[in-house]
Amino acid sequence: MQNIRWKVITIVVVLVVFAGVGVYPILAGRYHWPSPGWLQEKQLKLGLDLKGGVQLEMRVETDDALRLQTDQESERLRDELTKKGVMFTNLTTPSVTQFKFEGVPPAQAAAFRDAANEVRANYDLSPGTNGTYTFTMKPNIAQQLGDEAVVQARETIERRINELGVTEPSIAQQGTDQLLVQLPGVTDVDKAKAIMGSPGLLELKIVEQGPMSTKESLLVGGQVPSGMEIVPGSSGAPGDTANTSYYLVRKVAAVTGRDLRNARTSLDENNQPAVAFTLNNEGGRKFGNVTGDNVGRQLAIILDGRVQSAPRIDSRISTDGRITGSFTNEEVQNLSLILRSGALPAKLDYLSEGTISPSLGADSIRSGVIASFVGLLLIVLFMLVYYKFSGINAVVALVFNLIILLGLMAYIGAVMTLPGIAGFVLTMGIGVDSNVLIFERIKEELEAGRSSRQSMNAGFSRVFWTLVDTHVAALISAAFLFNFGTGPIRGFAVTLALGLASNLFTSIFVSKTLFELELTGRGQGAQLSI
Amino acid sequence: MHIFKDTKYDFLRWRWHALVLSWVIILAGLFVLATKGIPKGVEFAGGTVVITEFSKPTSVEDVRAALDRSFRGGDVVVQAYGDPSKNQVRVRVPSIGAEKGQGLSATKDAVVAALQKSGLGEFRVAGSEIVGPTVGAELTSKGIWATALSLVGILAYLAFRFQFSFGVGAVVATIHDLLVTLAFLAFFRYDMSLNVIAAVLTMTGFSTNDTIVIFDRIRENLRGMRRDSMYQIINASVNQTLGRTVITSGTALLTSLALFFFGGEVLHGFAFTMVVGIITGTYSSVFIAAAIVSFWRGTAPTRAGAHAPASTSAPQQTPAPQQPTRKTKAQRKARAS
Repeated sequence: MQNIRWKVITIVVVLVVFAGVGVYPILAGRYHWPSPGWLQEKQLKLGLDLKGGVQLEMRVETDDALRLQTDQESERLRDELTKKGVMFTNLTTPSVTQFKFEGVPPAQAAAFRDAANEVRANYDLSPGTNGTYTFTMKPNIAQQLGDEAVVQARETIERRINELGVTEPSIAQQGTDQLLVQLPGVTDVDKAKAIMGSPGLLELKIVEQGPMSTKESLLVGGQVPSGMEIVPGSSGAPGDTANTSYYLVRKVAAVTGRDLRNARTSLDENNQPAVAFTLNNEGGRKFGNVTGDNVGRQLAIILDGRVQSAPRIDSRISTDGRITGSFTNEEVQNLSLILRSGALPAKLDYLSEGTISPSLGADSIRSGVIASFVGLLLIVLFMLVYYKFSGINAVVALVFNLIILLGLMAYIGAVMTLPGIAGFVLTMGIGVDSNVLIFERIKEELEAGRSSRQSMNAGFSRVFWTLVDTHVAALISAAFLFNFGTGPIRGFAVTLALGLASNLFTSIFVSKTLFELELTGRGQGAQLSI
Repeated sequence: MHIFKDTKYDFLRWRWHALVLSWVIILAGLFVLATKGIPKGVEFAGGTVVITEFSKPTSVEDVRAALDRSFRGGDVVVQAYGDPSKNQVRVRVPSIGAEKGQGLSATKDAVVAALQKSGLGEFRVAGSEIVGPTVGAELTSKGIWATALSLVGILAYLAFRFQFSFGVGAVVATIHDLLVTLAFLAFFRYDMSLNVIAAVLTMTGFSTNDTIVIFDRIRENLRGMRRDSMYQIINASVNQTLGRTVITSGTALLTSLALFFFGGEVLHGFAFTMVVGIITGTYSSVFIAAAIVSFWRGTAPTRAGAHAPASTSAPQQTPAPQQPTRKTKAQRKARAS
């Protein structure tokens, strides 16, 4: 008696807790019942396919980060060689992880190696014939740079999305270089893509010459002067060379977007939308030095490889600047958002996109709920008809199972998706199987002439390991399903697995306690209705 | 109520027929797959899906005609979608925009533009899905791996819990279920979608359930019916568990049917797969899994020594089952003498 009282108390406590976490907030939200905020916060979350929103899958082009590193290192070595008077005829970059110096005179081989010492921390050096030296990025460095690029991209996107004010966005890394971004409630997928995918690379460079209408007019002796580069202006479309002007600028930027402290919308002197920016201390010092040395020259404000404007430097500027151009209000807002959140370390390639309107999601919820109730009704009818009074036992265990499942999902913050609803419905059909196995065994024992209590005990203990086996087998496939899927499918795997776990509890513990209750206080001759 | 009480069907006698039937279905399915190909959902094939909701009733034919007029994007599939009262139409095109960068949605934009020009009235895009080809290729290999690994996992677990031959029987039966389900998906031309794969994987877990129940009974009877041949033991075990095999599958089938008829458009393929999987899973547990064990173990009478490892390796702590009860004492004596 003592024993069974504790069992009942345990069950009631478990039920109240899970019903409180899993079921009450849903009902409270629907029928406007009072509910504390912390409980509403724990409420079962709906996946994108039920709530509506945008989902984007993208790959971070980690090659960009490697190329940048290779360019920087090769340029640094070139400077070093020039400083030390080491000769070479050519510098090429055959791949994103390789660069090659050619034509180093044999007499200067030792000096070359000496200069290359620092580079060799990250690159393997392999000498070839005719003074050729090939530097190849060490695999672990390449790996590390790639990983860093993905992490940085993820953080940058996170900042941009947060600035957009999306509630409960989710950004998850998939595999080595892919990101899955989910934006509930967002419907304008093009805007989201534009903001997330914009490189947002701001560079301020001193203009040596320009603007000119052709690239050729900026060349010196048919070549781009050393340490310089040609950057197109922003006027005209990318393919439209007729209206594009070109600037010859110093390759090394005075400051970049990394030195930004803030960027915000403002107006230029003609009351046109513009972006005002403030540099941090370090950037301000650099900027002050460069502008102070170059008063009277033009400063190119380059955004993502295009000169937006090239105002004349009238005096030394330290921390504040402004980006002007022919912007709309919205462009200015997006641009300042992008600049605030920092540059992407690499390009993003969109692999897939999906949008679901909230009404489509609501349709899914409705049909999912109807299917759940029809499924439940069918199971309840069957169990009551086939197992008579004991069917009630199974139905109670089943309802407990579903309540615990909802509570568990809400508690661990799992997301309910449309396939998750399918898992929920299947849990009813599969969960009740445990009761069927136990009941059939009890019947068998009863037919073998045992008493009700003996049969009931034997039924539960004999079937226990069978249940463990079937549940483990199902959990194995659920685990691989979780590993395979993303988003909605993961929701399904989680629902299924939690349903299996709670089913073990309800079909063995709850069901048995109910039988014990039924038999308590009745004599040896008590009959089970089964 | 008690269905299949004290049945004495000779299931193993039908094992060859069952094998032939299964092979006929599987080969027919493979034939359909080989000749007509696997219809792949957009997640796997890549492409563009746009679901539009018109403000007034619009026929699928009108939408198709409108797209034929002003959209150039290859094979367009137009279907009614969801609740008919919502005038939703699903358009699927195998192409996407440029594979890289922001051009991904070019095809979607073209579809929307073509519909705007069509004069079919106001509409809004209720949903869209655009999948690049790399995603599909990755998913396909991941799906195959997940299925294969989960089979290996189940084999390993059952080999650990039962004997190796049982594990093989269960896994062969599950592979059988997979192939039969694929065959039916091919017959009914269901798209291979993520949800269908999810159902297939769920099925691999679920279809072993009935098999485990039967195997548990075989193991139990191996200890209780030592004089009988493996053939008799298997038959007796299948018969003794027949009721629960049918009922457990029946309840799962009921809920799957609820999903099939009420779960909505998105879950159709999922529910269909589950329905087929549950039926074939039950059939294979009865006819295939046990038959494999009988092929493996032969039909010779079992001897105490032959299955000793089964009883020692099994962690089952419950007392030796006494089913059927009448024989037990006699058998214990027989072994003692």
